[in-house]
Amino acid sequence: MTNDATVSAASKRVRPHPSQNEALLFEISSPGKHAYKLPPLDVPAVDATALLGAAHREKSAELPELSEIEIIRHFTRLSTWNYAIDLGMYPLGSCTMKYNPRVNEYVARIEGLAEAHPYRPESLAQGVLEVVDLLQRCLLDITGMDAITLQPAAGAHGELTGILLVRAWHESNGNARSKVLIPDSAHGTNPATAAISGYTVENLKSNDEGGIDLEALARQVDEETAALMLTNPSTIGVFESQIEKIAEILHAKGALLYMDGANMNALVGKARPGDFGVDVMHLNLHKTFSTPHGGGGPGSGPVACKAFLEPFLPTPVLVRVEKSAKAPDAGPWEAEGEDPSSADGVAMFRAPSPPHSSTDKVESRNSRLTWEYNRPQSIGRVRAFYGNVGMFIRALAYILANGPDGLRQTTEDAVLNANYIRAKLEDIFELPYKTASMHEVVFSDKRQAALGVKTGDIAKRLIDYGFHPYTVSFPMIVHGALMIEPTESESLAELDQFIAAMRAIAKEVEETPELVKTAPHSTRVSRLDEVQAARKPILRWKKAEQE
Amino acid sequence: MRYLPKSPAERQQMLAEIGVRSIDDLFSVIPAAHRVDSDLNVPRAHAESEIIDYFKAAGQKNATDYASFLGAGAYRHYRPVIIDSLVQRGEFLTSYTPYQAEITQGTLQAIFEFQTMIAELTGMDVANASMYDGSTGAAEAVRMAMRITRREKAVVAATVHPEYREVMATYSLHQGLSTTVVGYDAKTGRVDLAALDAAVTKETAAVLVQSPNFFGVIEDIPAIAAMAHAKGALLIVSIAEAVSLGVVRAPVEADIVSMEAQSFGVALSYGGPFCGVLACKEQYLRQMPGRLVGQTVDGHGNRGFCLTLSTREQHIRREKATSNICTNQALVALMATIFLAVYGKEGIRELAEHNLAKAAYAAEKLGSLDGAKLLFTGAPRFHEFVLATEEAPAALSQRLLDEKIVGGIELSRWYPELGNATLWCATEVVTREQIDAAANVLAARPVEA
Repeated sequence: MTNDATVSAASKRVRPHPSQNEALLFEISSPGKHAYKLPPLDVPAVDATALLGAAHREKSAELPELSEIEIIRHFTRLSTWNYAIDLGMYPLGSCTMKYNPRVNEYVARIEGLAEAHPYRPESLAQGVLEVVDLLQRCLLDITGMDAITLQPAAGAHGELTGILLVRAWHESNGNARSKVLIPDSAHGTNPATAAISGYTVENLKSNDEGGIDLEALARQVDEETAALMLTNPSTIGVFESQIEKIAEILHAKGALLYMDGANMNALVGKARPGDFGVDVMHLNLHKTFSTPHGGGGPGSGPVACKAFLEPFLPTPVLVRVEKSAKAPDAGPWEAEGEDPSSADGVAMFRAPSPPHSSTDKVESRNSRLTWEYNRPQSIGRVRAFYGNVGMFIRALAYILANGPDGLRQTTEDAVLNANYIRAKLEDIFELPYKTASMHEVVFSDKRQAALGVKTGDIAKRLIDYGFHPYTVSFPMIVHGALMIEPTESESLAELDQFIAAMRAIAKEVEETPELVKTAPHSTRVSRLDEVQAARKPILRWKKAEQE
Repeated sequence: MRYLPKSPAERQQMLAEIGVRSIDDLFSVIPAAHRVDSDLNVPRAHAESEIIDYFKAAGQKNATDYASFLGAGAYRHYRPVIIDSLVQRGEFLTSYTPYQAEITQGTLQAIFEFQTMIAELTGMDVANASMYDGSTGAAEAVRMAMRITRREKAVVAATVHPEYREVMATYSLHQGLSTTVVGYDAKTGRVDLAALDAAVTKETAAVLVQSPNFFGVIEDIPAIAAMAHAKGALLIVSIAEAVSLGVVRAPVEADIVSMEAQSFGVALSYGGPFCGVLACKEQYLRQMPGRLVGQTVDGHGNRGFCLTLSTREQHIRREKATSNICTNQALVALMATIFLAVYGKEGIRELAEHNLAKAAYAAEKLGSLDGAKLLFTGAPRFHEFVLATEEAPAALSQRLLDEKIVGGIELSRWYPELGNATLWCATEVVTREQIDAAANVLAARPVEA
């Protein structure tokens, strides 16, 4: 039987529950069904063929034809085939799968924000600009940096932006330099980013504790080193306690310290990268600041930097100017509504006059926010418009819900949870690095692999126990890694369940290894043939007779 | 704190079981000098009701009751209600990239459906699971063409969205790419074909055009493709208005299509999150960046889906990957998939025809006024048009705002040679009444002494 025949037979198999049999949209479509109705056209209809001539589309795209109930059922049924944070613990290391508050979704859909066109006159966009401005100021305080851009659409996009800032600064000093140092424990996005920024990647071997080897660093940093891209806490969940020395070694040779902020959930309210020598960093609003992961995006990857990198930020940059300054577009300034930065006259900030806050009513009334485009040293745009604004709204809602105490408590709970898991599992699973853990703990499958069961198998078996797997086989410095990041969102009861599941699986590895090696056993599909998927890719549906 | 599921006693219990006295012990690895011992200077904790009040006030400050003729890469279309009902299901909203296929079949099948619909609409063989947006997608497409052709030059039409061109410049800054920008025909608003033909050489990796272009004009794709292919260059077609594909011929001659799918049910949100997507001919698949979902079978022979061809990607290939992209726009791609399921084969055409009709009416109404003139009338267009007025755009804009109308966007910020020209857009949500009101404002222009 050919692959095609196998697949075609598979699609006709019947399962004992209707939601398990949901076919592709195209397979449940039939001509003439509609889920839409347009209002009557209030202008004369046009002859599209005549208007467009050769550019007219003769053959319609083969989109499915369905009624509304079928679409609702289709996607609702598909949704039941997913695991999600809302269903249980999602300890995917490095991904910070924390609770996504629903008020975030509510406020992001408020009409005046969700329907704002990016080119509307700034006089009609001051509300959304206030939101952007307040988020920027919060993130600057959280990171201890001086300047920020929210334009990058995701973490990797932020990395690209940050390294381009580094490069532009070096160029302004006469030499772009040629290489970027990256620890062997880094995310794959780091080397990929350095490469597309025109740098060669030089690998930095981790020391026995999984951290930066200061001697190796001192040897490798030279006048051709543009930057070190450092994840701190590292991907094994360890804080680089020598961070200040690392920065000194780099700075002595004119190189910069880039921080991958993927693990910022271990630091918010407890330590600020700007205070320990970081020159430029990115944040992931979809990790640390609770915006939903959505099955793989949208994210948002703000880049914060020290003042000397500020001239190179992507255009445009949001600035506050006196209201009397000439507006780039005309607008009814006097018609503006209530200042949103303070609700019902209750102070928004706890401190009577925060040092660099400009949210008090007087200042807001006398100034306005505007996008500044004339920035001759800028690296240019990294994205059209201003970034994933809908994510900014959600992230700010999260910060508002927490306040200073909540943000600190969140970080403490995230670290507490990871250490609790470590304490409860380290007798069963090998802990390759004994250094103190922050927000995540990395075990290895050494003991289980000796019995023929690998980290990937244990991860799949975890699914049967009702949990999402941890991150498998990463970071690469740990052979057979189990990378576990519980986040602050797990209760003690949920953590205990998870720990019990891991211990039960470890027992199964000894007693019934086949059960683990063939897991999961409780899912709609069993392990998928990934080799077949890659060998002869089927990336779209086609009508049977078209095949 | 209402999002944190632990009591003080539970925290104490956990600390005891870990074997430390206080939470500070767990942070002692951070040098004391770098630990923050004061409060962050962020707003105090707000009640949920206060958060809603704050954002509602911000939204109201944004003035919502204006008619709008803005387009230029961000389009206002009706968004069917079920889009938000479905994407807010926690199983979609709070799931992550479907690395664990057994428990993410919902996301994977939906992406497979998205890839199919995009391939159908664009006339390409395959499409990926999404890019950040149309601008970064176009920039990635150019880099993809450089890898395929091993050439380092690009020819780009001046009628490609100016911000897309800026992003492309930033992306290719350190990739050794040299770019030639080709101007447009003053009568048709299309890329200058003779200049384009002259600019494409045997060193050209890609020709990048947009259709409908930034002026709303539909480019002559077959002619441009012939010019590109004659020199061995690839043709990349950028589509900023995806709804156009309901009635405008698919750019089947292209090698790569980079599309912004925001029009498919995605809110404007002041410019993002949107939904880029790349589609291409099958032979270029292995140079395509971004995630791809493929169909396969499980151990029991059941049909299933999984991420595939990941050897192109950064988590496997590191510095040799096709791109550094990781997280993309999955949930927004799901919105587009639901939108396309709602409109379907007939609906997308009818919707596109309504847009065509609104813009035709608006162009005729505004363009026939004294002191106003339509530019670029020599070629077909979709739902945008360029209007040249005797009155300066700033003054006109202010008079329109006084009547609660946001008029067309001033083009001189990107095309100084166009002087008093403005770019107008009329989608299906613009009413005849609004168009007539805008025409009345234009007609009432003050007569200069």
